[in-house]
Amino acid sequence: MTLTDRVPKNSGWRLFLQTVVGRAYPRIIGLLRELSWFFFEVFLPVLSVAAYVFIYRAIGAEDVYIGFVVMGGAMTAFWLNILWSMSSQMYWEKQTGNLALYIMAPNSLMAILLGMAFGGLFSTGLRALVITLAGSLLFNVNFEVSNYLLLFAVFMLTMVALYGMGMMTASLFLLLNREAWHYANLAQEPVYLASGFYFPIKSLDFWVAAGASIIPLTLGMDAMRQLSFSGGAELGFLPVRTELIILVALCVVFLFGARWLLKYMERLAVREGRLTESRR
Amino acid sequence: MQATQGIGKPAKERGVSGRTFRAAAWLGWQIESNWADPLIFFIYSVIKPLSGAAILVVMYSVITNGAFDDPMFAYIYLGNAFYIYVAAVLTGVSWTVIDDREIYRMLKYIYIAPVHVPVYLLGRGFAKFAFGSLAVFITIAAGVYFLNVPLDLSLVNWPLFAVSLTLGIVMLAMMGLVLGSVMLLIVNNANFMGEAVAGALYLFSGAVFPLSILPGWLQPVGYIIPISYWLELLRRSVVGQVAESFPTFSQFSDIQLLAILAGLTALFTILGFVVFRYCDHQAREKGYLDRYSNF
Repeated sequence: MTLTDRVPKNSGWRLFLQTVVGRAYPRIIGLLRELSWFFFEVFLPVLSVAAYVFIYRAIGAEDVYIGFVVMGGAMTAFWLNILWSMSSQMYWEKQTGNLALYIMAPNSLMAILLGMAFGGLFSTGLRALVITLAGSLLFNVNFEVSNYLLLFAVFMLTMVALYGMGMMTASLFLLLNREAWHYANLAQEPVYLASGFYFPIKSLDFWVAAGASIIPLTLGMDAMRQLSFSGGAELGFLPVRTELIILVALCVVFLFGARWLLKYMERLAVREGRLTESRR
Repeated sequence: MQATQGIGKPAKERGVSGRTFRAAAWLGWQIESNWADPLIFFIYSVIKPLSGAAILVVMYSVITNGAFDDPMFAYIYLGNAFYIYVAAVLTGVSWTVIDDREIYRMLKYIYIAPVHVPVYLLGRGFAKFAFGSLAVFITIAAGVYFLNVPLDLSLVNWPLFAVSLTLGIVMLAMMGLVLGSVMLLIVNNANFMGEAVAGALYLFSGAVFPLSILPGWLQPVGYIIPISYWLELLRRSVVGQVAESFPTFSQFSDIQLLAILAGLTALFTILGFVVFRYCDHQAREKGYLDRYSNF
């Protein structure tokens, strides 16, 4: 009996699931191995939250805006995770030489992206929770949740759509080199602005807010704010149920879009020889 | 033998430092800009800082119904605009260590080249200063033309502005050198350090709100941060009437503030080279200069 006979080998959906778990594992376990990263990834958003809270206090804003800032600060963790650990992940993998291994191995790239998404969602969820707790305690934020079930549904749909979007953009980054860093960097402040991370999205022009709604966090945050704060509904952009329906549509579009685009981009990257190219 | 003797001569040292600075600044410029064509790079350089400023503008506008004539708005807007220099210069100098050690893996080659390493780090920071200046200029111009920031060029105290700006930039570069030196000894979290320091300074320096808004027990932190004095001087020189509306530093005259800033700049200059010398020695001793962490 040879060694290979004794190793069970999965195929089909079992291999798919094994790949998802295998790729999610380092993201989750990495959180426990390098706790100092966790500290910095919580500490930096809390600094930003504190600065924005003090600005609101300096101009005499109502308390509900402090809550908005704390929630927005927590959500930055998800957006940064999408940018740096989903979208540009293929670029990192290319730099470290893993991308070619992913393509050569008998598994699905979609499963790898899903694994990254699940692992990222879990570890970022923990960070966001700590940011929310820290911000709430430091600045006395009062949450008045009107409907827990709806809030949970909105959050989950937002995450599915957001990570679907991350999977879709990851395939676009397959083709990029050093510009990947700059594009990811560029997508921070402009998105914080367009998606209303630190103010109600209703404050922007209707069509600007509608355009920004392509980013799931825009409507997701707006709906969560409406459901979490007293007076939040008055500052809402659209009714929560409308936002919920749009989020469902975004989930479908991004997940199917990710599957299609990944196949297309993988073929294109293979054809153009971009998979092992490393220009820093 | 001759080369070794030459390096020891002060005139040669000056020549090496000058060449190092120019080459490093040019290299920094290329690294920052040559990944895209000039138009895309220009848009990239402008969109980020303008978006940051626009977040504050929308926040302010929502609460005050667009009272942009209030001195508080000019205080917030200009503080945020000038703070771009802190992120650019301080983190620009220090990030060079990560850039060269981890990303390009060139730090060891820089060390074996005939260059003066601290001057090389400062030169790389100079490129960021140039890009930062563009962002500061465009942010302020947008504020003046679209949001009525009360900046009248004929009323600007230009000598005070020039001296304050120069001293502040030198001070930031030297703070960056201290931070970059420390980064030589840190591997795992070095990439967070610049952001953490810049974030903390943004919060405690009164860049975007008067220090009196901070809780009482935190206000002393603002007074020991050199950037607080620098921003106050810039505000006084550019929009004196706005600075007068906030009594945070009213007990100090312009000259006193300049003296404090000059003293702090001298302190950080000495500190920058002393700390670099120590950290550089430790990094060589421990073999950190070519240690990669895939941060």
